[in-house]
Amino acid sequence: MGKTKPGATRRAIMLGSLAGGLAATIRLEPAQATPERMRAAIRNIVGEASVRKGRIDLEVPPLVENGNTVSLTVAVDSPMTATDYVKAIHVFNEKNPQPNVISVHLGPRAGKAKFSTRFRLADSQIVTAIAEMSDGTFWSASADVIVTLAACVEGI
Amino acid sequence: MARPLINVPASVKRGQVFEIKTLISHIMETGFRYTTTGAQIPRDIVTTFSCSYNGEEIFSANLYPAISANPFLTFSTVATESGTLDFKWIGDNGFSETATAKIVVE
Repeated sequence: MGKTKPGATRRAIMLGSLAGGLAATIRLEPAQATPERMRAAIRNIVGEASVRKGRIDLEVPPLVENGNTVSLTVAVDSPMTATDYVKAIHVFNEKNPQPNVISVHLGPRAGKAKFSTRFRLADSQIVTAIAEMSDGTFWSASADVIVTLAACVEGI
Repeated sequence: MARPLINVPASVKRGQVFEIKTLISHIMETGFRYTTTGAQIPRDIVTTFSCSYNGEEIFSANLYPAISANPFLTFSTVATESGTLDFKWIGDNGFSETATAKIVVE
C-alpha cells in the first residue's frame, strides 16, 4: 500500500477496504434466472396466447451427476405436413444464470418434430419446453431434474 | 480452431425421414464465470446454427450460454432430392464455421 492521503484516518481506510470487499462479493454473484424470470422469458415468446400442457415428450434424465452436460431430447406430437407442423420449440430453465436454453425453428421439411442436444444446469430445477404450432397454439411440458454437480458457478 | 463433425446416412429412400447429427468443437464460455482473481471471463458462445438442404433452410437454432461445450445437435429431415446439406455456425467474436455433407436419395 502506498502513502495515505493526509487526514485519512485508519478507520476511514478500514471502512473503505471493507466496502471494496463487499462490492467485489456482490459482483461475483452471478445474475440468476428465477421461476419469475422464466415465466417472463416464456411470455416474451408466447405473448398473450395461452399455453396448454401436452403433445410434448421432454426427455431429460431425472437425476444428473454432472450439470455440465445434460442430455435433452424434445419430441412434439405433430403430423409435420405443409398445413400442420411445429414452427418452433423453445426450452427454458428456472435457476441457471439465464432462463433460455435453446430455441429451434422447424418446418414441414423436418419430417419429425424432434431434436436432441446437451445443456448445462446450475442447480436442481424444473426444465420447461414450449412448442409453437403452425396454427398459432402453444403447448408445454416440464420435467424435474436433480443435479449433484452444478455447472456455471465454479471458478477456474 | 473449430472442427465440425457431421453424421448423415450415405443414402436414403425418397420420402424417408432421416436423422442428422452435428457437433462442433467450441468452448461455449458462458460469461458467468470468474477467474480466481475475480476477473469475469467474457462470453464466447455459438449463437446460431442453421442447416439448409439444397439451398433451402430446413432447421435453425438459437443457442444460449446454457448449451454445453462442443454443441451437439441432432434433428431430422425428409429425403427429397440428392444433393448437399450445408451447415453453418455463427458465434461471438466473429466466429463462423461451415460444413457440407452429400446425401444420395434413391
